[in-house]
Amino acid sequence: MTQYLLKRGGQSLVLLLLVSLIGFGILYLSPGGPLSQLAQSSNMAQEDIDRLTRSMGLDRPFLIQYADWLLRMVRGDWGASYRDGIGVLATIGSHIGATLSLMAVSTVIAALLGGVIGIWGAVRRHSLMDALSSVGAMIALSIPTFWFGLMAIYLFSIKLGWLPAGNQQTFGDGSFLDLAHHMIAPVMVLALVETAVWARFMRSSMIETLEQDYIRTARAKGVGGRAIIVSHALRNALLPMITLVGLQFPTLLGGALITETVFSWPGMGRLFFDSLEYRDYPVVMGILMLSAIMVMLGSLLADVLYAIADPRIRMD
Amino acid sequence: MIHHKLSKRDFLKLSASAGTLLAAPAWAQQGASAPPAAPRGQVVAGISQEPTVFNPLMPGSEVDQGVWWQLFSTLWFIDAQGNTVADLAREVPSVANGGLSADGLVWKVKLKPGVTWHDGKPFTARDVKYTLDLINNPAFRARNRVGHSLVRDITVVADDEIHWRMESSFTPYMSVLSQTFMVPEHILGAAADPNTAPYNQAPVGTGPFRWGARRAGDHIQLDRNPAYHGQGPYLLRVIFKYIPDQTMLYTQFRSGQIDYLGLSGIQPSFEQEAAKLRGVRIMPVPTPFIEHVALNLGFGPFADKSVREALYLGMNKEARIQAIYQGRPLPTESYVPKGHWAYNDALPAHRHDPKAARALLDAAGWVPGSDGIRVKNGQRLAFSNSTTAGAQAREQSQQLLMQDWRQIGVEMTIENMPAAVIWGNFWQKSQYQSVMVASNFLQGSDPDVTARFSSASIPAKGGSGLNTYQYQNPEMDQLLAQGTREFNLDERKRIYHRIQEIVRGDLVLLPVSQTVIIEAVKEKLVGYENNINSSSNCWNMRSWYWAG
Repeated sequence: MTQYLLKRGGQSLVLLLLVSLIGFGILYLSPGGPLSQLAQSSNMAQEDIDRLTRSMGLDRPFLIQYADWLLRMVRGDWGASYRDGIGVLATIGSHIGATLSLMAVSTVIAALLGGVIGIWGAVRRHSLMDALSSVGAMIALSIPTFWFGLMAIYLFSIKLGWLPAGNQQTFGDGSFLDLAHHMIAPVMVLALVETAVWARFMRSSMIETLEQDYIRTARAKGVGGRAIIVSHALRNALLPMITLVGLQFPTLLGGALITETVFSWPGMGRLFFDSLEYRDYPVVMGILMLSAIMVMLGSLLADVLYAIADPRIRMD
Repeated sequence: MIHHKLSKRDFLKLSASAGTLLAAPAWAQQGASAPPAAPRGQVVAGISQEPTVFNPLMPGSEVDQGVWWQLFSTLWFIDAQGNTVADLAREVPSVANGGLSADGLVWKVKLKPGVTWHDGKPFTARDVKYTLDLINNPAFRARNRVGHSLVRDITVVADDEIHWRMESSFTPYMSVLSQTFMVPEHILGAAADPNTAPYNQAPVGTGPFRWGARRAGDHIQLDRNPAYHGQGPYLLRVIFKYIPDQTMLYTQFRSGQIDYLGLSGIQPSFEQEAAKLRGVRIMPVPTPFIEHVALNLGFGPFADKSVREALYLGMNKEARIQAIYQGRPLPTESYVPKGHWAYNDALPAHRHDPKAARALLDAAGWVPGSDGIRVKNGQRLAFSNSTTAGAQAREQSQQLLMQDWRQIGVEMTIENMPAAVIWGNFWQKSQYQSVMVASNFLQGSDPDVTARFSSASIPAKGGSGLNTYQYQNPEMDQLLAQGTREFNLDERKRIYHRIQEIVRGDLVLLPVSQTVIIEAVKEKLVGYENNINSSSNCWNMRSWYWAG
């Protein structure tokens, strides 16, 4: 296991280096710059723009800028936002909680709900409920997240007035209940697609498991239907789902970006979108690297958990 | 004729009307009730761009300035009626009160006593000196140094009095100072590097509200300053809520989570619906931004004045204003907003006359080719037009322009780009052919346009201004120089009227309309007043309060 982890760690480092080089290169080559929008809105003269460009080091050659950024990043200095001068890690830190809370709550709900729907579909294959859940899942996977978001706002905020149309809190309030109230709609939207994914995977996995010889043997020995599912099939059917947690991370992050924009949720996805728009290179690079690290860790974690859950799997 | 002599009467007039927009409707909410005896309540202001710069001397946008007006004070400001009103200064300097020398070179400013910074320390003339010195410090990332760079020999005479000399007379400096916020020497002066000082994220000012908290990417909270030197504030706190999507911004206003929707305004497509909402006030607000088609005169065909005139004759302005903006924008022939004291209302009116446009191009030797597009000396009369991708109304406008100009044998293609791309070198270094843009041409609120139309201000030719049109005209250069040295208001009017005539006559740009945005407030919120002399209608939040 140790050897495996070291090998994967080495591969990850190379991959991270490539991600950073490509990311930095794309940003460097993209036209415009951090000062262009500002220059337009505040009527800054070319002289002022040139002066600021020099003082920010943006006039230096690509390799110098990249090497400078990389060396500092390795030392733990991820730079500071061009927009407000706050350190990149602090900037990301102030947003990541909002995103992770959305993702975590959505994942838990999606896993529970999707799991139950998937198991139900597998056990009662070809029943009306199975057909309905399959069609529902296909619809949820096909319709864009932002549309669900807009519909949720239209229905629950504008028509019924039950939920706020956005934001993370009512200003002046700061209670958990207020946070939960604001969280319902975005979690609902984010969890909807996730539930569909979990339901589809769970159903396939369960069907595959239920067709295994040892299940047939158990049935032949007279074990009851519920006991077969809970004691025998579920544990094995859950194995492939472990990888889903890690592999779904990028999709979930992408979904969170859209959900955050629709609901004015101050998370990392929206920060990334804003930073790209304003060409805030240090923050864009920071989020890119952090996301890459998280995806790699998620994938590694899935592999390790898989090995722990199924001793037949060897890590070499 | 250059007037260096300044009469007392002239200077009083100038001080009272610098940057005035006399005719613009001010949507002041007349006092439905008196302000509360004690501050109460809060206002959530919804904005579509995030304020991120809190040192008011550093490069910031209009949304940043909306926050600066709450945290900081200027020596004087220009109110919605165009009056120059003393704030940190005891009075606005003029020849009459001895604050200005007759030649405009010596300035003596007396300060209001008893003003304190948010941390309780007294505000003094040393802070004013520090502010002006910091702007001119080469190591400091100042937003711009127009006017400030002419300041010499700053002398702190007393805690409440400061003098300086100008290297040369520069009339717009009065207006520049009306938007120059003072910063504290005792905090920023002690920082190792003012560019990265912690102060820039926890600003201390003398304004009506104090820094409360910021949640990056979400909102900024400002709390009332109980020791504010002026009247107000009447609110306990103000929250600037950032919502990047304009549809969401409107939705949150509609569902009551936002009390004031400003700066970006309501999209024209939502205006009719918004007007039917209960308990809100919808206000069309004229801005100093002039929507125009910028032509790069360095691009072959546009060097021919006949082409520019034909394009203008071929443009159906009215259809665009009516069809896309529900008739809201004000058609204009000038770069100066209507109602400004320098506005020239005698400029020739535009007419949509495709027949005359075709005749003009025929006479200039542009003959229709086999595909209907005109050609001269082997060059097709075809060009690209660019604007910010995703700016829905402008993109529709481009479609109309394409059709208009196709009728006179001119081909326009659309090449839109993201804001960060188009307003970078593409615009600044005149790499475009034509662009649809809304610009505020005023210097503060002064009509000086040296940076825009002087032949020394072309960045593509090594200049340091904003003349991306690449316009050159010796008469214009001479008039611009006169305008910044002249203190006689009538004479200045004459100069800037002539400058507008030249810009209109030469069609340096094709003027379309003065931008009008639709802002909205809840009906019970009193005190909102649009001010064309300020970059943000949040300028007077100190006077806002809830009725009842």
